[in-house]
Amino acid sequence: MTDSKYFTTTKKGEIFELKAELNSDKKEKKKEAVKKVIASMTVGKDVSALFPDVVNCMQTDNLELKKLVYLYLMNYAKSQPDMAIMAVNTFVKDCEDPNPLIRALAVRTMGCIRVDKITEYLCEPLRKCLKDEDPYVRKTAAVCVAKLHDINAQLVEDQGFLDTLKDLISDSNPMVVANAVAALSEIAESHPNSNLLDLNPQTINKLLTALNECTEWGQIFILDCLANYTPRDDRESQSICERVTPRLSHANSAVVLSAVKVLMKFMEMLPKDLDYYGTLLKKLAPPLVTLLSAEPELQYVALRNINLIVQKRPEILKHEMKVFFVKYNDPIYVKLEKLDIMIRLASQANIAQVLAELKEYATEVDVDFVRKAVRAIGRCAIKVEQSAERCVSTLLDLIQTKVNYVVQEAIVVIKDIFRKYPNKYESVIATLCENLDSLDEPEARAAMIWIVGEYAERIDNADELLESFLEGFHDESTQVQLQLLTAIVKLFLKKPTETQELVQQVLSLATQDSDNPDLRDRGYIYWRLLSTDPVAAKEVVLAEKPLISEETDLIEPTLLDELICHIGTLASVYHKPPSAFVEGGRGVQHKRLPARAGSGESAESPDVGQAVSAVSDAPPAVIPSQGDLLGDLLNLDLAPPTSNVPPVPSSMQMGAMDLLGGGLDSLMGDESETSASHYRTEVQSPQPPECSERELGGDVGGSPAMGVSLGGAPVGMPAGLGAAPAVGGGLGDLFDLGGGVGVTAGSYIPPKTVWLPAMKAKGLEISGTFARRSGVIHMDLSFTNKAMSVMTDFAIQFNKNSFGLAPAGPLQVLTPLSPNQTVDVSLPLSTTGPVMKMEPLNNLQVAVKNNIDVFYFSCQYPISLLFVEDGKMDRQVFLATWKDIPSENEAQFQIKDCHLNSDAASNKLQGSNIFTVAKRTVDTQDMLYQSVKLTNGIWMLAELRIQTGNPNSTDLEVGVIFLSGLNSNLPSSRRRTSWHALLSAPHHLSLTTQSVF
Amino acid sequence: MIGGLFIYNHKGEVLISRVYRDDIGRNAVDAFRVNVIHARQQVRSPVTNIARTSFFHVKRSNIWLAAVTKQNVNAAMVFEFLYKMCDVMAAYFGKISEENIKNNFVLIYELLDEILDFGYPQNSETGALKTFITQQGIKGQTKEEQSQITSQVTGQIGWRREGIKYRRNELFLDVLESVNLLMSPQGQVLSAHVSGRVVMKSYLSGMPECKFGMNDKIVIDKQGKGGAGDDAGKSGKQSIAIDDCTFHQCVRLSKFDSERSISFIPPDGEYELMRYRTTKDIILPFRVIPLVREVGRTKLEVKVVIKSNFKPSLLAQKIEVRIPTPLNTSGVQVICMKGKAKYKASENAIVWKIKRMAGMKESQISAEIELLPTNDKKKWARPPISMNFEVPFAPSGLKVRYLKVFESKLNYSDHDVIKWVRYIGRSGIYETRC
Repeated sequence: MTDSKYFTTTKKGEIFELKAELNSDKKEKKKEAVKKVIASMTVGKDVSALFPDVVNCMQTDNLELKKLVYLYLMNYAKSQPDMAIMAVNTFVKDCEDPNPLIRALAVRTMGCIRVDKITEYLCEPLRKCLKDEDPYVRKTAAVCVAKLHDINAQLVEDQGFLDTLKDLISDSNPMVVANAVAALSEIAESHPNSNLLDLNPQTINKLLTALNECTEWGQIFILDCLANYTPRDDRESQSICERVTPRLSHANSAVVLSAVKVLMKFMEMLPKDLDYYGTLLKKLAPPLVTLLSAEPELQYVALRNINLIVQKRPEILKHEMKVFFVKYNDPIYVKLEKLDIMIRLASQANIAQVLAELKEYATEVDVDFVRKAVRAIGRCAIKVEQSAERCVSTLLDLIQTKVNYVVQEAIVVIKDIFRKYPNKYESVIATLCENLDSLDEPEARAAMIWIVGEYAERIDNADELLESFLEGFHDESTQVQLQLLTAIVKLFLKKPTETQELVQQVLSLATQDSDNPDLRDRGYIYWRLLSTDPVAAKEVVLAEKPLISEETDLIEPTLLDELICHIGTLASVYHKPPSAFVEGGRGVQHKRLPARAGSGESAESPDVGQAVSAVSDAPPAVIPSQGDLLGDLLNLDLAPPTSNVPPVPSSMQMGAMDLLGGGLDSLMGDESETSASHYRTEVQSPQPPECSERELGGDVGGSPAMGVSLGGAPVGMPAGLGAAPAVGGGLGDLFDLGGGVGVTAGSYIPPKTVWLPAMKAKGLEISGTFARRSGVIHMDLSFTNKAMSVMTDFAIQFNKNSFGLAPAGPLQVLTPLSPNQTVDVSLPLSTTGPVMKMEPLNNLQVAVKNNIDVFYFSCQYPISLLFVEDGKMDRQVFLATWKDIPSENEAQFQIKDCHLNSDAASNKLQGSNIFTVAKRTVDTQDMLYQSVKLTNGIWMLAELRIQTGNPNSTDLEVGVIFLSGLNSNLPSSRRRTSWHALLSAPHHLSLTTQSVF
Repeated sequence: MIGGLFIYNHKGEVLISRVYRDDIGRNAVDAFRVNVIHARQQVRSPVTNIARTSFFHVKRSNIWLAAVTKQNVNAAMVFEFLYKMCDVMAAYFGKISEENIKNNFVLIYELLDEILDFGYPQNSETGALKTFITQQGIKGQTKEEQSQITSQVTGQIGWRREGIKYRRNELFLDVLESVNLLMSPQGQVLSAHVSGRVVMKSYLSGMPECKFGMNDKIVIDKQGKGGAGDDAGKSGKQSIAIDDCTFHQCVRLSKFDSERSISFIPPDGEYELMRYRTTKDIILPFRVIPLVREVGRTKLEVKVVIKSNFKPSLLAQKIEVRIPTPLNTSGVQVICMKGKAKYKASENAIVWKIKRMAGMKESQISAEIELLPTNDKKKWARPPISMNFEVPFAPSGLKVRYLKVFESKLNYSDHDVIKWVRYIGRSGIYETRC
């Protein structure tokens, strides 16, 4: 039977003829005609005019003809919705057919017809088919739910199809299970927050059972779905891994890769010292190598994925270098990927082999491949220090070949080698200079010029060489012009006598004859530098350069982790997150690796990069781990602590908060305005501002004793210590006392303040506060999208800080944040992060990332956040420690306007984990002795004196903190509190102060 | 998931176009033609992203198969599916050519409707598909037959139907290996591996349960421990270390993982039971010793010796040595001791063919290559000397120990099955640098 004749009819009037044939009485003729129609449709001709005639052929018991008509319908129903209704009857009837193949065909086709009126009719048949006795019909109906959801999501929800679909996960037939999983996964993707695929140990168990029985494709659906599950603990993780590993021997590469994805992800949770962890690592290597004997297209997919795996867990394939050697007849895309992986795996142990290979490749035909091979030799030199010398000599050999692009590429990489190992290989410069004339690519020319300028003192004819470039200055690319300018200035600074003319020439070329602003500016800068202070110029231009870091092409760790969750998919082929190439909300959810349980290492710690290098035996030691990088950026960028937060507190406000004010401010230095403004609202100070200002002056600023004690605070205190903010924070709590009696005990939570205004963050506004809930520190954040576009992919990191605060889990902003939407998130924090002393101590620098950019801000947490629950010190210990506190570690404050008696205060303070160890009453004073323990084990002891005078008086003040022994200086009519802050051994007690006065 | 599937001829004309998802429009068909098929340069990747649409393609002779998607699909799955699609088409109508595709386009549409639903691959085993996609209509089927079809298509054993009967129960096992080598000019093995396949042709009645055994080192060692090591003395080459193996979906993987035993119910007819890879103790059937000398700027002297390295009683066949020559070759004189050698200017190589060669022999060819003087600065890349051959043994050392057949419901036993085993070792990429 030959159908090719249908493709050949191209004459005019064809549609008309077809119409006649379609309406013919003869069955065979009809079928012939429909085939012709389909052939025309394939080629792209518009045959929609035949719609009614084709649909008329639908009522037939010839299955082949029926399928053809259905095919036509799927293509054209959308353009002829009214006529498509004509087909509904047949569909509904076919859904009742005794033959399961016909029932399935009907429901399958109906789902592909995207016409609203038809979908309405689809619901009933679909409901029946989902419960059909025949598994073939059920498996088809399962996919149909996904189709319907794509057309009308609301309808699917309203009709309760989702629940039926969920039931199918427990179906007895493995293929029905697989299709139901596929459909549910797809629907779940468009509802990121719904708990559709409610994965729990029971369903996981069902899936794992079905995994052994279903088709290769079904196994892929199930494995991909499993990869979205996060096991509860390492045990569960291990047992799932054990049941997935047999899949690594499947003939289908996609099954293998999906299994690798599940294993790579769940492995994160296994403690590294576990035997099973090592076994698993060993089991992963052979299947990955086997993937390389698949067809070239699959090899390509496998190699792109191996590239990720090697970066995440280099130990898996570290002994498998040889399999990545390039074969002569590999397709070019396989060659280039193999080369990439070879460099990643290069280490001291195998560098000799790698170099021999690379040298071989550098003589191949494909220009791109050869260039990459040459570049790879340079990267080896920078990566493996011991090989540098061999690499350089290999590069020199290649330069001798005189093949133009090889020479140019070699010169570019040799420049990098010079920057990594200065003053080591300069002997080769002579060889390089011989090839000066053959360089025609800007990058190579610029590299060569850089070398000449940098080593001008060792090249006798450097001036001639540079001069030769200068002739065609204006024809050069900007890159070369800039380099030439710098090189000649360097030359001049090194050999001023002979090159004055040259430098003048280049400066005038750059400044007067060039249109390029960069070039002009650089020219002017050099000119001024040289004319005003040549010594300074020398220092600037010839300054010692930092060594270049090793590799710059590693994938950023958070992206890498996300891509690991996408192994096998397009994302892993493109090395881009799905959001970069998928339209709409589908599939753009961020996936993360689960946190490691047990071994105490939190995988979500900001330093994923460190985790990576910790894993590898030979750490790539490349780009600074993200944490550090962030830190650097933060240090650079963030001068003022908070952004332009609320209205700057005026003197009025300052006055109002003087309760705490005096002591606080002087002790804390620039305590954040946020907290200040808060205090203002909390404490209703009846005092006139002037008065309180006087108070301030008098009590704090003016007190010489205070001054001395503050000034005497040790300066070079160890980082991470410092009671000042602690005291301040404690005060914050005390402020709360001002709120009056009857406030329920509980730790003090400041209201949310704006930390990152939308203006500074491309439309993202972040406000937040901190809270301690049942022993866990939380950062409560509100994200508001004030931009026009949807925001996704949120992630957060902290810079190192005084108390090692770090996110304890990933930032769970699940929804894409649509414009004008606000999301509240509570981020649990741990105190096990890296420690670095901040100024002020309770300052926290935060970086938040979303799909648009990375934003930085800093905020300050109330120190009471760090007061732990077991901070109550034993009386005896308290007494003994109290005596040992050196006097310079003491500080005193006064808190005013606190309408609390000692018991209420004690209760209230206890709510914030400030514990009363003992109480004593002397005359009209209640003395509370209190202890506080910080998360890092530092203790603070305090003595709180409360004047039990007339509590009703409106202008009552609460004393703040005094240095012990100064109490007598203060008017006794006031309530006074005295705090002795101290640190337990081995830490020193310290107080940092930065007075604002 | 897969949004659409297109098949083109070499000119970029569409032969088959099936769209599964609404997000793929007709313009996708043209986008691929313009950007990939008609692209000026060589194709640089089998995955192409054009305007946020991803295209996966494979080529069979001069036919392009392209799968299209706008989502983050499982890329490995898409390629596996495209290969599978080719297999299915080949099983139905032979070679994949423009003519065959045009002749069978109705059938192809029917297949595409069945094996891909909303872009999700469904059962694609030809054994199962052929029971109900026949192009003959399915009119005469009884209800039992229909439900048998559907249960097979969706069932656990989707690759085999029930009720198969043979008068003579017979099976053929072919161990097909390709041995790959990359050797330095000095004779140092840079890399060598064997990739092997066990292909089975089964003509067995009923639903037989099979168990396959080979001299896998792990299994032998395990048994050796239990059985007091009766072949400890000769265990030198008795067992082989398999680096990795993969199995047809009929093999129970969890059983292999736990007990390392290979048990399965085979598909009917021919299929690939397993693939494996070994790298240790490979018997390299031939050794190539090259000698290239440049005499002045216009002459090359090449001498190549090949040595066969296996039992003298065995014969290697279809031996072919390919010695590359520079592009500026003007003339070649060859002398060889055995077989025939010819300079093929169009292939830039001297091709030396020997029909048969016994083990432990050696043979030699020498050639003088005249070169045209050129001022091309680029040096000749000296591609490696490659070799093709076929030997009647498995270079990996793999031996089939048994293949047991159990069919409890029918009255034939393991002894009644006639079994054939054959070993063929072929050259894969067998190269020696010179």
